[in-house]
Amino acid sequence: MFDLVSFIPRAVMQGIPLLLGCTGETLTEKSGNLNLGLPGVMYVGGISGVIGSFLYEQSLTSPEAINGFLAVSIPLACCLLGSLLMGLLYCFLTVTLRANQNVTGLAMTTFGVGFGNFFGGSLIKLTDSEVPSIALSATSAYFSRSLPFADSLGWFGQIFLCYGFLAYVAIVIAFICAYVLKRTRVGLQLRAVGENPNTADAAGINVNRYKYVATCVGCMIAGLGGLYYVMDYACGVWSNDAFGDRGWLALALVIFTIWKPNVAVFASILFGGLYILYLFIPTGMNLAVKELYKMLPYVVTIIVLVISSMRNKRENQPPASLGLAYFREER
Amino acid sequence: MNKQIKGPLVHIVKRGNMPWYGAWGIRALAIVLALVACALVTTVTTGENPIQVYAAMIDGAFGTARKTWITFQNMSVLLCISLAVTPAFRMRFWNIGAEGQTLAGCLATAACMILLADKVPGWFMICTMILASIAAGAVWGLIPAIFKAKWNTNETLFTLMMNYVATQLVAYFVILWEVPKGAGKIGIINQSSELGWLPQLFGSKYLLSIVVVAIVTVLMYLYLNYTKHGYEIAVVGESERTARYVGIKVEKVIIRTMALSGAVCGLAGLLLVGGINHTVTTSIVGGRGFTAVMVSWLAKFDPIIMIFTSLLLVFLERGASEISTDFGLNQSFSDIITGIILFFIIGCEFFINYKISFRKAAGKED
Repeated sequence: MFDLVSFIPRAVMQGIPLLLGCTGETLTEKSGNLNLGLPGVMYVGGISGVIGSFLYEQSLTSPEAINGFLAVSIPLACCLLGSLLMGLLYCFLTVTLRANQNVTGLAMTTFGVGFGNFFGGSLIKLTDSEVPSIALSATSAYFSRSLPFADSLGWFGQIFLCYGFLAYVAIVIAFICAYVLKRTRVGLQLRAVGENPNTADAAGINVNRYKYVATCVGCMIAGLGGLYYVMDYACGVWSNDAFGDRGWLALALVIFTIWKPNVAVFASILFGGLYILYLFIPTGMNLAVKELYKMLPYVVTIIVLVISSMRNKRENQPPASLGLAYFREER
Repeated sequence: MNKQIKGPLVHIVKRGNMPWYGAWGIRALAIVLALVACALVTTVTTGENPIQVYAAMIDGAFGTARKTWITFQNMSVLLCISLAVTPAFRMRFWNIGAEGQTLAGCLATAACMILLADKVPGWFMICTMILASIAAGAVWGLIPAIFKAKWNTNETLFTLMMNYVATQLVAYFVILWEVPKGAGKIGIINQSSELGWLPQLFGSKYLLSIVVVAIVTVLMYLYLNYTKHGYEIAVVGESERTARYVGIKVEKVIIRTMALSGAVCGLAGLLLVGGINHTVTTSIVGGRGFTAVMVSWLAKFDPIIMIFTSLLLVFLERGASEISTDFGLNQSFSDIITGIILFFIIGCEFFINYKISFRKAAGKED
């Protein structure tokens, strides 16, 4: 029997990192920057939070002395700072120095994933501490703490209220982004920059500033996805490459949601469900078929990409200048 | 005096063209700066003398004859994949699916080796392997190309997704063919009979892939620079409208070029499975498909310069993994160093393509 009540929370928990990554990338892409460094940014966001909270936990005299506010805000600040730096690096190279976005993005992914795995693997050695592995259970407890009465509400509580605060933050961020993009002046100008920077510039919009701000904010949101994964989903245990290809999946999700963060809220849960569907499908001993189920999110994305290009509706297309550097004096 | 409205402090102008020695001078300078930055990072994280660290890197890549051979073998595979993506890049088709196309080639090769074992003679098996791997790579490249040509589907995103479809397909077959059952991996295929293993050249197991890729490099150079096809690719890359105007069938060029691109990736897959690893895993390509994008771009899509850029990247990877074992660091240190060097090289392109003039200097010109 397909156990929906235990399936949905797990799908949501899988979906939240994707949602954060997708919202961040949507914002970035709306400014015309195709940030293929997203997986790297999410790794850096995750590991920065881990480094911050690891140092904090190590500095405590006893595990009981932990301060709830600091335990949450230190990793959060470190994560935002780490991913902001990655965003600034990307912007500096692609906007100020007008480098090729694909190459910059791929280099950032190499760097970011390496950065995450390097510090994840060497943090203990580098700080000369005497713990066997990075297990930030105390910090993680604060991140994954759900509402106290969630358990008493039966299936309703299990499906809607059993998540850590970052999950709700992610959903709120997505809706705010959707609102800003669609209904505000800033959003309109941002979309103009992504569609046609020449026109936007002529209309007096500071193209470079929009690109910088959108990409940096986007990277910070995406970095939170990495943090959520480590602190909440993985219970504060960092293991190398555990984050896997979720960064690329988040990129796929951007296409799947046709650049709409409010759609992403539901689509990310769908993707999260597809990602873990193989665990719930009764295939018996046939493990091989499970591998084919893992292909589903990508296949679905390709289908959406193809259909949206076939139908060729103007509002469903990628931003027109996506992936192109803007230079005012170019014809 | 006359009140002059101040212009912006810095003014950026596109350079016409820079002499080649100027461009390569800037790139060399960027690499030197990058090495200094990497030395700083290494010293801060490891506390070692940077000169020793670089000595260790050179030792890791070229320390012994065996290490040198492996370096060149790795380089040949990376170069092969880089050559594969180049024709597509020249026509501004951003094929970042080389990873998947190579995996498709790997899978086809392994399939031939496993399914045809003990049924056909060795030479016949190798022929099928060659054909199957090239065809598989080509098909994997063709799928996005057809959609791009017909409906202008975004190729960057499409090819990216195809990578993971290929990965999962390999994962499926790995479990299907696993030896022994439940091991979760295939292991060395035909270990005792060595059926379907590509032959060794002059008794060296490293030489074959190097020779094959050397031939591919020359052919690709000739194809891109001295054939009608190569010219058509260049025109489509410069301006699709011009291409249409002079009567080039852009759709045909896109499809043909991507088939070629995928086919060469498939060949790289053949070398990986048939010649080097004799097994197939989901991570056999190891991100080379993405590194190849950078190799090709760094060389400005020139096959001859790619020899050097691929050597640089393989050197970094092998050298940095030597550092990590020497100083007890994590393997991923090489990715950090590679990343830093790439950032510098990517950034320096700006100074080749653009000129910065400051306000003062601009005032003097008036």
